[in-house]
Amino acid sequence: MTNQPKKILTPRRQVIKGIAAGAALGATSIPLWGRYAQSQSSEPIKIGFQVHRTGIGAAYGRWYDRTTMAAVAKINSEGGINGRQVEIVSEDDGTDPKRGAEVVEKFATQHNTDLAFGTLFSHVVYGSAPRAGELKIPYFVVSEGHHVASGALNRYTMQPGITDVKSQVQAMAPYVASTLGKKVTMIYPDFAFGHDHRDYFSAAIEREGGTVVEKIAIPPTETSFTKYFPKIPRDTEVIYHVMVGPAVLTFVKEMGEFFGSSRPEIFGFIDSLEAVDLSSPGLEFLEGTYFWEGNPRYAQANQSEYDKAYRAAVGVDNNGASVSDSKDVATYAHMFGCWETLHIVKAGMEASGYRGTGDRAKLIEAVEAMTDMPHSHAHPQGAKRFNGKTHQVFGHQYITRVSNGRLELAHTTSIEDTLYPDETDYTTQSF
Amino acid sequence: MELAPYLILGCIEGLVTAAVLALMAVGLSLVFGVMRVVNVAHGEFFMLGAVLAWFVADQLGGHPAIAFLAALIIAPLLVGTLAMLADMTILKRISYDPERTIVATIGLLYIIQQLTLMTYGSNARPVEPPFNQRIAIPWFEWTDGGLSLYWPWGLGTTSYKLAVIGFAIILLLGIWVLMTRTRIGLIMRATQLDRDVAQAYGINVDRVYAMVFGLGAGLAALAAVLIVPIQQAHYLMGHDPLLLSFIVVIIGGLGSLVGTVIAAVMIGLSDGLISVFFTPTLAKIIATLMVTFVLIFRPSGLMGSK
Repeated sequence: MTNQPKKILTPRRQVIKGIAAGAALGATSIPLWGRYAQSQSSEPIKIGFQVHRTGIGAAYGRWYDRTTMAAVAKINSEGGINGRQVEIVSEDDGTDPKRGAEVVEKFATQHNTDLAFGTLFSHVVYGSAPRAGELKIPYFVVSEGHHVASGALNRYTMQPGITDVKSQVQAMAPYVASTLGKKVTMIYPDFAFGHDHRDYFSAAIEREGGTVVEKIAIPPTETSFTKYFPKIPRDTEVIYHVMVGPAVLTFVKEMGEFFGSSRPEIFGFIDSLEAVDLSSPGLEFLEGTYFWEGNPRYAQANQSEYDKAYRAAVGVDNNGASVSDSKDVATYAHMFGCWETLHIVKAGMEASGYRGTGDRAKLIEAVEAMTDMPHSHAHPQGAKRFNGKTHQVFGHQYITRVSNGRLELAHTTSIEDTLYPDETDYTTQSF
Repeated sequence: MELAPYLILGCIEGLVTAAVLALMAVGLSLVFGVMRVVNVAHGEFFMLGAVLAWFVADQLGGHPAIAFLAALIIAPLLVGTLAMLADMTILKRISYDPERTIVATIGLLYIIQQLTLMTYGSNARPVEPPFNQRIAIPWFEWTDGGLSLYWPWGLGTTSYKLAVIGFAIILLLGIWVLMTRTRIGLIMRATQLDRDVAQAYGINVDRVYAMVFGLGAGLAALAAVLIVPIQQAHYLMGHDPLLLSFIVVIIGGLGSLVGTVIAAVMIGLSDGLISVFFTPTLAKIIATLMVTFVLIFRPSGLMGSK
């Protein structure tokens, strides 16, 4: 009874204002509703990109970012995934494991992304993967670490776009032992990634009848290296080096200064020189030395059409540098992993009919079901074979030799060279 | 591994560390001695010196020696000017209050670091050394024919590293002369002894403070320009040298220049030798232990007064 007179007594102006406000609201909100009117599935697929924008992984982060953006542009221009556009949500993890876990949490709870993706440094993967498992968000890493295939992580963590250190070094050992020498001194960074190198290369070279005569671990934040080199035994035939961080150029330069003209054979993982210009002063001594490359930085004589298209899409010239700045050298041996992983996500989502975060488990099952992936525009580095049980992909490895300041392909391993027995079966874990 | 040749290598590596550390720590010590300001942003002035050296060398191009020489003059001047501005606009406004200056310089640290990250980026970039010949170090051995020289594998250094050591010695002597033999040095020492009395005698203390803060930062920048052809300019490079400088200044005695240099040589050499013969981690452990013992048994430092 008391309400009715009030309504009637509402001044006309106020009513008009209310109508105007309602109309204004309606005018803005109707298009918003209308945008996804046909069904919820027109919303973009959101991919959380955990990127090393700062910290010791920053050079990799910059190129992982460019590769990711190029891959998304390609996927979107070809119609997206299940007809939906892909949107990247980037978060910097500072190459820091603690921050990494927080970033994964942010993707799962705040941005509500469909999955998390793109981590490189193995200690960040180790720090983040358990949180991804707890939050039940698929976590596609591009890290090379053996931690995925070793069974140390969980069903939500997969590495379908880049091979792991164990398979890489296992495929390198026969070549090192047969062409370079059998007494090897290893120099590696003192954290999970370096320890993978130490453990799996030592075992692999012993199978070839060689020995590791000395193991030199260097903290990844070190800035001065000469003091480590006297530990190299004099009977060393081959130096095996792999280094990461902002000081890699200093590392290689000081190694050259240490040896002078009487160096042993040198075999390095290109990680020691990723994002570093091979023509930097002080690197002349590398002429004639060998490198593992995940994907050859310099366009080779037998370059595939896929590599050509991929290179152009990311903006990399034939010397592995940015097309806009010849001093900005790419992390070419690793960053293809982002491109390939995003194409696998696309294939997995399409195979599983992925519609939203409720289908996360279906996406993982669809990727686990994958096996052979042919050399193609989606896989420009080469053919791959995915192992759904260990969540790890296997592929060709390249050995290049420095000749006239360029890295020229010397050997390509087969996929079989890189295989090893399964160490885990993630498919037995429940979601 | 033969002992003696590598002892020499360890010493040279240690002396290069000591040279850079001494220059940087003297700057830190000077600022603390005269102004009683604990400059937490000192490492960032060091980093800024390296980054500006890269910038100058990159802009100039031409022969590496000319570019390097220009960087050696321009980078410390720019960093010194920036520090003077920081002193006049920040530290003076908070009356050099000990707690507030620490907080203010921490703020300065992050501002400089993040601005560098936003402009210069996260890359490590090299500066070409003005000259860099590898010098193999010979050693002798007793053979049937008596004493003979030979060149052990890997025993070598570069002419540039030796030049860094030499240049640092000259600079440190210069600072010593400046502090003890010139009128400016006298004014600085007077301000250090008693700020109020110095002011009563007509010394413009504000100007002295700005100058000392600029000089301290300039020395850090100079140290960075010297090291940047060996290492590379990177926005996070100021952290470790800052910690080591604090260690050196605490061991040497806050405000004592001679003590600072002695401590820098001690820390540098022990770092070089222990790193070569054992591990670099052990060297860091021992340096930290030394600080602990100095603080327990001689809280004022080796050469500190009181």
